[in-house]
Amino acid sequence: MGAPLIEMEHVSFRYEQTKALEDITLTVRKGDFLAILGPNGSGKSTLLKILLGLIKPTTGTVRLFGKDIRHFRERERIGYVSQKANSFNSGFPATVEEVVKGGLAKKTGLFRRFPESAEEDVTRALKAVGMETSRKRLVGELSGGQQQRVFIARALVSRPEVLILDEPTVGVDKQNVQSFYDMLDRLNKEQEITLILVTHDAEMVSDRISHVACLNRTMHFHGFKNEMERMSAEQLEAWYGHSVRKVHHAGAVR
Amino acid sequence: MIEAILTYDFLQNAFAAGLIIGVIAPLLGVFIVVRRLSLIADALSHVTLAGIAGSLFLSQSVAALAALNPLYLGIAASVAGSVMIERLRRLYKHYEELAIPIILSAGIGFGAIFISLAQGFQTDLFGYLFGSVSAVSRQDLWIVTAIAGVVVLFILLFYKELFVLSFDEEFAKASGLPSRWIHFLFMIVTALVIAGSMRIVGILLVSSLMTLPVAAAMRISGSFKGTILWSVLFGEFSVLAGLVMAFYFNLAPGGTIVVTSIVVLLLVIAFSKSVRTKTNEVVT
Repeated sequence: MGAPLIEMEHVSFRYEQTKALEDITLTVRKGDFLAILGPNGSGKSTLLKILLGLIKPTTGTVRLFGKDIRHFRERERIGYVSQKANSFNSGFPATVEEVVKGGLAKKTGLFRRFPESAEEDVTRALKAVGMETSRKRLVGELSGGQQQRVFIARALVSRPEVLILDEPTVGVDKQNVQSFYDMLDRLNKEQEITLILVTHDAEMVSDRISHVACLNRTMHFHGFKNEMERMSAEQLEAWYGHSVRKVHHAGAVR
Repeated sequence: MIEAILTYDFLQNAFAAGLIIGVIAPLLGVFIVVRRLSLIADALSHVTLAGIAGSLFLSQSVAALAALNPLYLGIAASVAGSVMIERLRRLYKHYEELAIPIILSAGIGFGAIFISLAQGFQTDLFGYLFGSVSAVSRQDLWIVTAIAGVVVLFILLFYKELFVLSFDEEFAKASGLPSRWIHFLFMIVTALVIAGSMRIVGILLVSSLMTLPVAAAMRISGSFKGTILWSVLFGEFSVLAGLVMAFYFNLAPGGTIVVTSIVVLLLVIAFSKSVRTKTNEVVT
Protein backbone atom coordinates (compact mmCIF):
# COMPACT_ATOMS: atom_id res chain seq x y z
CA MET A 1 0.00 0.00 0.00
CA GLY A 2 1.29 3.43 -0.89
CA ALA A 3 1.77 6.25 1.57
CA PRO A 4 -1.38 8.24 2.41
CA LEU A 5 -1.39 11.47 0.39
CA ILE A 6 -4.82 12.74 1.31
CA GLU A 7 -6.54 12.06 4.61
CA MET A 8 -9.91 13.50 5.54
CA GLU A 9 -11.28 12.79 8.98
CA HIS A 10 -14.86 13.46 10.04
CA VAL A 11 -15.10 16.41 7.71
CA SER A 12 -18.38 18.32 7.55
CA PHE A 13 -19.30 21.43 5.63
CA ARG A 14 -22.29 23.75 5.88
CA TYR A 15 -23.41 26.52 3.55
CA GLU A 16 -25.21 28.72 6.08
CA GLN A 17 -27.86 26.29 7.38
CA THR A 18 -27.58 23.65 4.65
CA LYS A 19 -25.43 20.64 5.33
CA ALA A 20 -23.45 19.96 2.18
CA LEU A 21 -21.15 17.29 3.60
CA GLU A 22 -21.41 15.32 6.79
CA ASP A 23 -18.79 13.29 8.58
CA ILE A 24 -16.63 12.40 5.59
CA THR A 25 -13.63 10.17 6.24
CA LEU A 26 -11.51 9.36 3.23
CA THR A 27 -7.95 8.26 2.58
CA VAL A 28 -6.21 8.37 -0.77
CA ARG A 29 -2.88 6.58 -1.07
CA LYS A 30 -0.06 6.95 -3.56
CA GLY A 31 -0.92 5.24 -6.83
CA ASP A 32 -4.67 5.04 -6.19
CA PHE A 33 -7.15 5.72 -8.95
CA LEU A 34 -10.21 6.80 -7.04
CA ALA A 35 -13.59 7.53 -8.61
CA ILE A 36 -15.98 9.65 -6.58
CA LEU A 37 -19.53 8.86 -7.62
CA GLY A 38 -22.71 10.54 -6.51
CA PRO A 39 -25.87 12.21 -7.78
CA ASN A 40 -26.11 15.95 -8.48
CA GLY A 41 -26.00 18.01 -5.31
CA SER A 42 -24.34 15.20 -3.37
CA GLY A 43 -21.46 17.41 -2.31
CA LYS A 44 -18.84 16.14 -4.77
CA SER A 45 -17.74 19.60 -5.83
CA THR A 46 -17.73 20.79 -2.21
CA LEU A 47 -15.44 17.90 -1.33
CA LEU A 48 -13.02 18.87 -4.12
CA LYS A 49 -13.09 22.53 -3.09
CA ILE A 50 -12.08 21.51 0.42
CA LEU A 51 -9.22 19.39 -0.92
CA LEU A 52 -8.03 22.29 -3.06
CA GLY A 53 -8.12 24.65 -0.09
CA LEU A 54 -10.72 26.90 -1.74
CA ILE A 55 -13.09 26.51 1.22
CA LYS A 56 -12.45 25.51 4.82
CA PRO A 57 -14.34 22.60 6.37
CA THR A 58 -16.77 23.54 9.14
CA THR A 59 -15.47 20.68 11.29
CA GLY A 60 -12.99 17.85 10.88
CA THR A 61 -9.39 17.69 9.73
CA VAL A 62 -7.76 17.40 6.32
CA ARG A 63 -4.14 16.36 5.83
CA LEU A 64 -2.32 16.63 2.52
CA PHE A 65 0.99 14.79 2.20
CA GLY A 66 0.89 14.30 5.95
CA LYS A 67 0.53 18.01 6.67
CA ASP A 68 -2.52 19.80 8.02
CA ILE A 69 -4.17 21.62 5.12
CA ARG A 70 -4.00 24.92 7.01
CA HIS A 71 -0.21 24.76 6.87
CA PHE A 72 0.07 23.15 3.44
CA ARG A 73 1.91 25.43 1.01
CA GLU A 74 3.05 23.06 -1.75
CA ARG A 75 0.01 23.51 -3.95
CA GLU A 76 1.91 22.46 -7.07
CA ARG A 77 1.93 18.87 -5.78
CA ILE A 78 -1.80 18.69 -6.50
CA GLY A 79 -2.98 19.29 -10.06
CA TYR A 80 -6.56 20.29 -10.78
CA VAL A 81 -8.69 20.02 -13.89
CA SER A 82 -11.99 21.80 -13.37
CA GLN A 83 -15.35 21.05 -14.84
CA LYS A 84 -15.53 24.63 -15.96
CA ALA A 85 -12.63 24.08 -18.30
CA ASN A 86 -15.27 22.72 -20.63
CA SER A 87 -17.09 26.00 -20.80
CA PHE A 88 -14.13 28.38 -20.91
CA ASN A 89 -14.24 31.32 -23.27
CA SER A 90 -13.48 29.44 -26.50
CA GLY A 91 -12.59 32.62 -28.35
CA PHE A 92 -9.67 33.28 -26.04
CA PRO A 93 -6.70 34.15 -28.24
CA ALA A 94 -4.07 31.87 -26.72
CA THR A 95 -2.05 28.97 -28.07
CA VAL A 96 -1.93 25.52 -26.50
CA GLU A 97 1.64 26.26 -25.44
CA GLU A 98 0.68 29.51 -23.68
CA VAL A 99 -2.17 27.84 -21.81
CA VAL A 100 -0.05 24.89 -20.65
CA LYS A 101 2.78 27.17 -19.58
CA GLY A 102 0.27 29.00 -17.37
CA GLY A 103 0.26 25.87 -15.24
CA LEU A 104 3.78 26.78 -14.14
CA ALA A 105 2.82 30.25 -12.88
CA LYS A 106 2.48 29.27 -9.24
CA LYS A 107 5.61 27.12 -9.18
CA THR A 108 7.67 29.85 -10.86
CA GLY A 109 6.62 32.37 -8.22
CA LEU A 110 5.57 36.02 -8.24
CA PHE A 111 7.75 38.62 -10.00
CA ARG A 112 9.73 35.91 -11.84
CA ARG A 113 9.86 34.96 -15.49
CA PHE A 114 9.29 31.39 -16.58
CA PRO A 115 12.59 29.47 -16.36
CA GLU A 116 14.20 28.06 -19.50
CA SER A 117 13.20 24.56 -18.48
CA ALA A 118 9.56 25.61 -18.95
CA GLU A 119 9.75 24.75 -22.67
CA GLU A 120 10.77 21.17 -21.92
CA ASP A 121 8.14 20.87 -19.21
CA VAL A 122 5.48 21.95 -21.70
CA THR A 123 6.72 19.44 -24.28
CA ARG A 124 6.69 16.63 -21.73
CA ALA A 125 3.17 17.49 -20.52
CA LEU A 126 1.84 17.74 -24.07
CA LYS A 127 3.40 14.39 -24.96
CA ALA A 128 1.78 12.78 -21.93
CA VAL A 129 -1.65 13.76 -23.22
CA GLY A 130 -0.85 13.15 -26.89
CA MET A 131 -1.14 16.79 -27.97
CA GLU A 132 2.45 17.68 -28.87
CA THR A 133 1.60 18.37 -32.51
CA SER A 134 -0.96 21.03 -31.56
CA ARG A 135 1.48 23.16 -29.60
CA LYS A 136 1.12 26.31 -31.72
CA ARG A 137 -2.62 26.03 -32.39
CA LEU A 138 -5.19 28.29 -30.75
CA VAL A 139 -7.11 26.47 -28.00
CA GLY A 140 -10.39 27.74 -29.42
CA GLU A 141 -9.78 25.76 -32.64
CA LEU A 142 -9.56 22.41 -30.84
CA SER A 143 -12.38 19.95 -30.19
CA GLY A 144 -13.82 19.57 -26.69
CA GLY A 145 -11.82 16.40 -26.07
CA GLN A 146 -8.59 17.97 -27.27
CA GLN A 147 -9.18 21.04 -25.12
CA GLN A 148 -9.68 18.84 -22.09
CA ARG A 149 -6.35 17.12 -22.85
CA VAL A 150 -4.69 20.53 -22.98
CA PHE A 151 -6.15 21.37 -19.57
CA ILE A 152 -4.78 18.12 -18.21
CA ALA A 153 -1.39 19.02 -19.66
CA ARG A 154 -1.66 22.40 -17.91
CA ALA A 155 -2.24 20.56 -14.63
CA LEU A 156 0.58 18.07 -15.35
CA VAL A 157 3.20 20.61 -16.33
CA SER A 158 4.13 21.39 -12.73
CA ARG A 159 4.68 17.64 -12.11
CA PRO A 160 1.92 17.09 -9.55
CA GLU A 161 1.77 13.84 -7.61
CA VAL A 162 -2.01 13.93 -7.37
CA LEU A 163 -4.38 14.94 -10.15
CA ILE A 164 -7.94 15.90 -9.30
CA LEU A 165 -10.43 15.90 -12.17
CA ASP A 166 -13.97 17.23 -11.83
CA GLU A 167 -16.22 15.52 -14.40
CA PRO A 168 -13.61 15.87 -17.12
CA THR A 169 -15.60 14.18 -19.87
CA VAL A 170 -18.50 16.65 -19.92
CA GLY A 171 -18.41 18.10 -23.43
CA VAL A 172 -16.20 15.35 -24.83
CA ASP A 173 -17.86 13.37 -27.62
CA LYS A 174 -18.58 9.71 -26.96
CA GLN A 175 -15.97 8.15 -29.29
CA ASN A 176 -13.24 10.11 -27.58
CA VAL A 177 -14.23 9.38 -24.00
CA GLN A 178 -12.71 5.90 -24.20
CA SER A 179 -9.32 7.11 -25.42
CA PHE A 180 -9.49 9.89 -22.85
CA TYR A 181 -9.75 7.32 -20.07
CA ASP A 182 -6.98 5.26 -21.70
CA MET A 183 -4.78 8.30 -21.34
CA LEU A 184 -5.69 8.72 -17.65
CA ASP A 185 -4.93 5.05 -17.16
CA ARG A 186 -1.43 5.53 -18.60
CA LEU A 187 -0.80 8.54 -16.37
CA ASN A 188 -1.78 6.45 -13.38
CA LYS A 189 0.19 3.32 -14.27
CA GLU A 190 3.23 4.65 -16.13
CA GLN A 191 3.81 7.96 -14.38
CA GLU A 192 2.42 6.81 -11.05
CA ILE A 193 0.21 9.84 -10.71
CA THR A 194 -2.50 9.40 -8.12
CA LEU A 195 -5.87 10.20 -9.66
CA ILE A 196 -9.09 11.42 -8.10
CA LEU A 197 -11.93 11.53 -10.58
CA VAL A 198 -15.41 12.89 -10.00
CA THR A 199 -17.60 11.38 -12.66
CA HIS A 200 -20.96 10.21 -13.88
CA ASP A 201 -19.54 7.61 -16.29
CA ALA A 202 -19.42 4.84 -13.71
CA GLU A 203 -19.46 2.23 -16.46
CA MET A 204 -16.68 3.73 -18.53
CA VAL A 205 -14.21 3.99 -15.68
CA SER A 206 -15.08 0.81 -13.81
CA ASP A 207 -12.32 -1.35 -15.27
CA ARG A 208 -9.63 1.26 -14.77
CA ILE A 209 -10.13 2.55 -11.25
CA SER A 210 -8.80 0.96 -8.10
CA HIS A 211 -11.08 2.60 -5.53
CA VAL A 212 -14.60 3.95 -5.37
CA ALA A 213 -16.18 6.50 -3.07
CA CYS A 214 -19.95 6.85 -3.17
CA LEU A 215 -21.05 10.20 -1.89
CA ASN A 216 -24.45 11.60 -1.12
CA ARG A 217 -23.87 14.23 1.53
CA THR A 218 -22.46 11.44 3.68
CA MET A 219 -20.03 8.80 2.53
CA HIS A 220 -21.98 5.68 1.67
CA PHE A 221 -19.12 3.57 0.54
CA HIS A 222 -15.40 3.95 0.30
CA GLY A 223 -12.98 1.20 -0.54
CA PHE A 224 -11.68 -1.14 -3.22
CA LYS A 225 -13.96 -1.31 -6.17
CA ASN A 226 -14.41 -5.09 -5.97
CA GLU A 227 -15.84 -4.67 -2.49
CA MET A 228 -18.42 -2.38 -3.94
CA GLU A 229 -19.33 -4.95 -6.55
CA ARG A 230 -20.38 -7.23 -3.77
CA MET A 231 -22.88 -4.69 -2.54
CA SER A 232 -26.43 -5.55 -3.51
CA ALA A 233 -28.40 -3.49 -5.95
CA GLU A 234 -30.75 -2.63 -3.09
CA GLN A 235 -27.95 -1.17 -1.00
CA LEU A 236 -26.79 0.94 -3.92
CA GLU A 237 -30.29 2.17 -4.60
CA ALA A 238 -30.74 3.08 -0.98
CA TRP A 239 -27.99 5.64 -1.04
CA TYR A 240 -28.21 6.80 -4.61
CA GLY A 241 -31.90 7.57 -4.22
CA HIS A 242 -32.91 5.97 -7.48
CA SER A 243 -32.28 2.75 -9.29
CA VAL A 244 -28.79 2.12 -10.59
CA ARG A 245 -27.37 -0.46 -12.89
CA LYS A 246 -24.63 -2.43 -11.29
CA VAL A 247 -21.35 -2.35 -13.08
CA HIS A 248 -19.59 -5.63 -13.73
CA HIS A 249 -16.13 -6.19 -14.96
CA ALA A 250 -13.56 -8.90 -14.86
CA GLY A 251 -10.45 -6.93 -13.91
CA ALA A 252 -8.84 -7.79 -10.60
CA VAL A 253 -7.98 -5.17 -8.05
CA ARG A 254 -4.44 -3.99 -8.22
CA MET B 1 3.99 68.39 -39.68
CA ILE B 2 7.35 67.57 -38.12
CA GLU B 3 8.27 71.23 -38.34
CA ALA B 4 5.04 72.17 -36.58
CA ILE B 5 5.76 69.68 -33.82
CA LEU B 6 9.22 71.12 -33.36
CA THR B 7 7.84 74.63 -33.28
CA TYR B 8 4.86 74.31 -30.98
CA ASP B 9 5.13 73.08 -27.41
CA PHE B 10 1.49 72.08 -27.23
CA LEU B 11 1.91 69.79 -30.25
CA GLN B 12 4.94 68.13 -28.65
CA ASN B 13 2.89 67.47 -25.55
CA ALA B 14 -0.04 66.10 -27.50
CA PHE B 15 2.05 63.80 -29.70
CA ALA B 16 4.22 62.53 -26.87
CA ALA B 17 1.16 61.84 -24.72
CA GLY B 18 -0.55 60.24 -27.73
CA LEU B 19 2.41 57.95 -28.39
CA ILE B 20 2.36 56.78 -24.77
CA ILE B 21 -1.41 56.29 -24.63
CA GLY B 22 -1.31 54.42 -27.95
CA VAL B 23 0.79 51.80 -26.16
CA ILE B 24 -0.72 51.54 -22.69
CA ALA B 25 -4.43 51.70 -23.52
CA PRO B 26 -4.42 48.71 -25.92
CA LEU B 27 -1.85 46.87 -23.78
CA LEU B 28 -4.17 46.87 -20.79
CA GLY B 29 -7.15 46.65 -23.12
CA VAL B 30 -6.18 43.12 -24.18
CA PHE B 31 -6.72 41.90 -20.62
CA ILE B 32 -9.91 43.95 -20.26
CA VAL B 33 -11.40 42.48 -23.44
CA VAL B 34 -10.53 38.83 -22.78
CA ARG B 35 -11.85 39.16 -19.23
CA ARG B 36 -15.08 40.63 -20.64
CA LEU B 37 -14.71 43.81 -18.64
CA SER B 38 -15.02 46.28 -21.54
CA LEU B 39 -18.03 48.00 -20.02
CA ILE B 40 -16.17 48.65 -16.79
CA ALA B 41 -13.82 50.89 -18.76
CA ASP B 42 -16.85 52.89 -19.87
CA ALA B 43 -18.21 53.21 -16.35
CA LEU B 44 -14.83 54.37 -15.04
CA SER B 45 -14.44 57.01 -17.74
CA HIS B 46 -17.72 58.57 -16.70
CA VAL B 47 -16.61 58.59 -13.08
CA THR B 48 -13.44 60.37 -14.24
CA LEU B 49 -15.67 63.04 -15.76
CA ALA B 50 -17.31 63.60 -12.37
CA GLY B 51 -13.87 64.00 -10.76
CA ILE B 52 -12.72 66.49 -13.39
CA ALA B 53 -15.92 68.53 -13.26
CA GLY B 54 -15.73 68.49 -9.45
CA SER B 55 -12.15 69.69 -9.56
CA LEU B 56 -12.99 72.54 -11.93
CA PHE B 57 -15.85 73.59 -9.68
CA LEU B 58 -13.54 73.52 -6.64
CA SER B 59 -10.84 75.57 -8.34
CA GLN B 60 -13.46 78.22 -9.15
CA SER B 61 -14.95 78.37 -5.69
CA VAL B 62 -11.87 77.80 -3.48
CA ALA B 63 -9.09 80.26 -4.23
CA ALA B 64 -6.36 78.00 -2.84
CA LEU B 65 -7.24 75.30 -5.38
CA ALA B 66 -7.41 77.61 -8.39
CA ALA B 67 -4.29 76.14 -10.00
CA LEU B 68 -5.13 72.51 -9.30
CA ASN B 69 -4.73 70.23 -12.33
CA PRO B 70 -8.16 68.61 -12.78
CA LEU B 71 -6.46 65.38 -13.80
CA TYR B 72 -5.59 64.62 -10.17
CA LEU B 73 -9.18 64.55 -8.97
CA GLY B 74 -10.12 62.74 -12.18
CA ILE B 75 -7.61 60.00 -11.33
CA ALA B 76 -8.82 59.88 -7.71
CA ALA B 77 -12.45 59.54 -8.81
CA SER B 78 -11.59 56.82 -11.33
CA VAL B 79 -9.65 54.79 -8.76
CA ALA B 80 -12.42 55.23 -6.18
CA GLY B 81 -14.92 54.14 -8.85
CA SER B 82 -12.95 50.97 -9.57
CA VAL B 83 -12.90 50.07 -5.88
CA MET B 84 -16.65 50.68 -5.62
CA ILE B 85 -17.35 48.53 -8.69
CA GLU B 86 -15.50 45.68 -6.99
CA ARG B 87 -17.52 46.17 -3.79
CA LEU B 88 -20.78 46.17 -5.73
CA ARG B 89 -19.80 43.13 -7.77
CA ARG B 90 -19.30 41.21 -4.56
CA LEU B 91 -22.53 42.55 -3.05
CA TYR B 92 -24.59 41.52 -6.09
CA LYS B 93 -22.85 38.21 -6.65
CA HIS B 94 -25.43 36.89 -9.07
CA TYR B 95 -25.88 40.19 -10.93
CA GLU B 96 -22.28 41.31 -11.28
CA GLU B 97 -22.99 43.49 -14.32
CA LEU B 98 -25.34 45.61 -12.20
CA ALA B 99 -22.29 47.38 -10.76
CA ILE B 100 -21.59 48.95 -14.14
CA PRO B 101 -24.84 50.92 -14.69
CA ILE B 102 -24.82 51.97 -11.02
CA ILE B 103 -21.33 53.45 -11.21
CA LEU B 104 -21.83 54.80 -14.72
CA SER B 105 -24.98 56.72 -13.82
CA ALA B 106 -23.43 57.94 -10.58
CA GLY B 107 -20.52 59.31 -12.63
CA ILE B 108 -22.78 61.10 -15.11
CA GLY B 109 -25.07 62.35 -12.35
CA PHE B 110 -22.31 63.97 -10.31
CA GLY B 111 -20.60 65.11 -13.51
CA ALA B 112 -23.74 66.92 -14.69
CA ILE B 113 -24.21 68.64 -11.34
CA PHE B 114 -20.61 69.89 -11.20
CA ILE B 115 -20.71 70.97 -14.85
CA SER B 116 -23.78 73.12 -14.23
CA LEU B 117 -22.24 74.55 -11.04
CA ALA B 118 -18.88 75.39 -12.60
CA GLN B 119 -19.51 78.38 -14.79
CA GLY B 120 -17.49 78.71 -17.93
CA PHE B 121 -16.58 75.04 -17.86
CA GLN B 122 -18.75 74.56 -20.93
CA THR B 123 -15.94 75.76 -23.19
CA ASP B 124 -13.48 73.20 -21.76
CA LEU B 125 -16.15 70.55 -21.62
CA PHE B 126 -15.92 69.68 -25.29
CA GLY B 127 -12.21 69.01 -24.94
CA TYR B 128 -12.75 66.76 -21.94
CA LEU B 129 -15.51 64.81 -23.66
CA PHE B 130 -13.87 64.29 -27.05
CA GLY B 131 -10.20 65.04 -26.50
CA SER B 132 -8.08 67.97 -27.54
CA VAL B 133 -4.81 68.54 -29.37
CA SER B 134 -4.11 71.92 -27.81
CA ALA B 135 -5.09 71.35 -24.18
CA VAL B 136 -2.36 68.87 -23.15
CA SER B 137 -0.01 70.68 -20.78
CA ARG B 138 3.54 69.70 -19.86
CA GLN B 139 2.23 68.65 -16.46
CA ASP B 140 -0.39 66.42 -18.11
CA LEU B 141 2.39 64.81 -20.11
CA TRP B 142 4.36 64.05 -16.95
CA ILE B 143 1.29 62.51 -15.32
CA VAL B 144 0.67 60.33 -18.38
CA THR B 145 4.34 59.27 -18.38
CA ALA B 146 4.15 58.30 -14.71
CA ILE B 147 0.96 56.31 -15.34
CA ALA B 148 2.63 54.54 -18.27
CA GLY B 149 5.51 53.57 -15.98
CA VAL B 150 3.09 52.04 -13.50
CA VAL B 151 1.20 50.15 -16.22
CA VAL B 152 4.27 48.70 -17.91
CA LEU B 153 5.78 47.69 -14.57
CA PHE B 154 2.50 46.07 -13.53
CA ILE B 155 2.20 44.04 -16.73
CA LEU B 156 5.88 42.98 -16.64
CA LEU B 157 5.68 41.90 -13.01
CA PHE B 158 2.35 40.11 -13.19
CA TYR B 159 2.18 38.96 -16.80
CA LYS B 160 1.91 35.24 -16.14
CA GLU B 161 -0.54 35.65 -13.26
CA LEU B 162 -2.68 38.03 -15.32
CA PHE B 163 -2.68 35.56 -18.18
CA VAL B 164 -3.77 32.64 -16.01
CA LEU B 165 -6.37 34.76 -14.22
CA SER B 166 -7.80 36.01 -17.53
CA PHE B 167 -7.93 32.59 -19.09
CA ASP B 168 -9.38 30.64 -16.19
CA GLU B 169 -10.11 32.32 -12.88
CA GLU B 170 -11.04 29.09 -11.13
CA PHE B 171 -7.75 27.44 -12.08
CA ALA B 172 -5.86 30.51 -10.88
CA LYS B 173 -7.53 30.27 -7.48
CA ALA B 174 -7.13 26.50 -7.24
CA SER B 175 -3.42 26.69 -7.99
CA GLY B 176 -2.99 29.14 -5.14
CA LEU B 177 -2.29 32.36 -7.06
CA PRO B 178 -3.24 35.55 -5.17
CA SER B 179 -5.97 36.22 -7.71
CA ARG B 180 -7.98 38.64 -5.59
CA TRP B 181 -5.04 40.94 -5.06
CA ILE B 182 -3.99 40.83 -8.66
CA HIS B 183 -7.52 41.60 -9.79
CA PHE B 184 -7.69 44.52 -7.36
CA LEU B 185 -4.41 45.97 -8.65
CA PHE B 186 -5.62 45.39 -12.20
CA MET B 187 -8.73 47.48 -11.56
CA ILE B 188 -6.68 50.32 -10.11
CA VAL B 189 -4.26 50.29 -13.03
CA THR B 190 -7.24 50.33 -15.40
CA ALA B 191 -8.60 53.37 -13.62
CA LEU B 192 -5.22 55.11 -14.02
CA VAL B 193 -5.04 54.39 -17.74
CA ILE B 194 -8.55 55.70 -18.30
CA ALA B 195 -7.86 58.93 -16.45
CA GLY B 196 -4.54 59.33 -18.28
CA SER B 197 -5.91 58.68 -21.78
CA MET B 198 -8.82 61.03 -21.29
CA ARG B 199 -6.89 64.21 -22.19
CA ILE B 200 -6.22 63.00 -25.74
CA VAL B 201 -9.14 60.74 -26.62
CA GLY B 202 -11.81 62.28 -24.40
CA ILE B 203 -13.93 60.71 -21.71
CA LEU B 204 -16.61 59.38 -24.03
CA LEU B 205 -14.13 57.58 -26.26
CA VAL B 206 -11.46 56.30 -23.87
CA SER B 207 -12.86 52.79 -23.72
CA SER B 208 -12.81 52.49 -27.50
CA LEU B 209 -9.02 52.90 -27.56
CA MET B 210 -8.84 49.97 -25.12
CA THR B 211 -11.18 47.73 -27.09
CA LEU B 212 -11.15 48.49 -30.85
CA PRO B 213 -7.46 47.73 -31.49
CA VAL B 214 -7.87 44.52 -29.47
CA ALA B 215 -10.95 43.52 -31.44
CA ALA B 216 -8.92 43.90 -34.63
CA ALA B 217 -5.87 42.09 -33.23
CA MET B 218 -7.93 39.09 -32.14
CA ARG B 219 -9.06 38.54 -35.74
CA ILE B 220 -5.57 37.93 -37.07
CA SER B 221 -3.36 36.91 -34.19
CA GLY B 222 -2.28 33.33 -33.62
CA SER B 223 -1.32 33.67 -29.97
CA PHE B 224 -1.87 35.77 -26.86
CA LYS B 225 1.44 37.57 -27.11
CA GLY B 226 0.69 38.20 -30.77
CA THR B 227 -2.65 39.71 -29.79
CA ILE B 228 -0.88 42.12 -27.46
CA LEU B 229 1.63 43.10 -30.13
CA TRP B 230 -0.98 43.69 -32.85
CA SER B 231 -3.22 45.61 -30.43
CA VAL B 232 -0.42 48.00 -29.57
CA LEU B 233 0.48 48.43 -33.26
CA PHE B 234 -3.12 49.16 -34.26
CA GLY B 235 -3.60 51.45 -31.26
CA GLU B 236 -0.44 53.39 -31.98
CA PHE B 237 -1.30 53.79 -35.64
CA SER B 238 -4.81 55.02 -34.86
CA VAL B 239 -3.59 57.55 -32.32
CA LEU B 240 -0.91 58.98 -34.61
CA ALA B 241 -3.06 59.08 -37.73
CA GLY B 242 -5.94 60.50 -35.70
CA LEU B 243 -3.80 63.24 -34.16
CA VAL B 244 -2.41 64.31 -37.54
CA MET B 245 -5.90 64.54 -39.00
CA ALA B 246 -7.21 66.36 -35.97
CA PHE B 247 -4.40 68.91 -36.28
CA TYR B 248 -4.78 69.55 -40.03
CA PHE B 249 -8.56 69.63 -40.18
CA ASN B 250 -9.08 71.16 -36.73
CA LEU B 251 -11.17 68.25 -35.47
CA ALA B 252 -11.58 66.67 -32.04
CA PRO B 253 -8.81 64.03 -31.82
CA GLY B 254 -11.06 61.60 -29.94
CA GLY B 255 -13.27 61.39 -32.99
CA THR B 256 -10.49 61.06 -35.57
CA ILE B 257 -8.64 58.45 -33.46
CA VAL B 258 -11.73 56.32 -32.92
CA VAL B 259 -12.86 56.55 -36.54
CA THR B 260 -9.34 55.50 -37.62
CA SER B 261 -9.54 52.52 -35.24
CA ILE B 262 -12.88 51.55 -36.75
CA VAL B 263 -11.47 51.75 -40.28
CA VAL B 264 -8.52 49.58 -39.16
CA LEU B 265 -10.96 47.12 -37.58
CA LEU B 266 -13.10 46.90 -40.74
CA LEU B 267 -10.04 46.41 -42.95
CA VAL B 268 -8.74 43.67 -40.66
CA ILE B 269 -12.11 41.90 -40.63
CA ALA B 270 -12.28 42.03 -44.43
CA PHE B 271 -8.68 40.83 -44.71
CA SER B 272 -9.06 37.96 -42.25
CA LYS B 273 -12.26 36.82 -44.00
CA SER B 274 -10.59 36.69 -47.39
CA VAL B 275 -7.61 34.81 -45.92
CA ARG B 276 -9.95 32.30 -44.29
CA THR B 277 -11.91 31.67 -47.49
CA LYS B 278 -8.63 31.15 -49.33
CA THR B 279 -7.33 28.63 -46.81
CA ASN B 280 -10.66 26.83 -46.91
CA GLU B 281 -10.39 26.61 -50.70
CA VAL B 282 -6.93 25.12 -50.38
CA VAL B 283 -8.16 22.57 -47.85
CA THR B 284 -11.18 21.49 -49.90
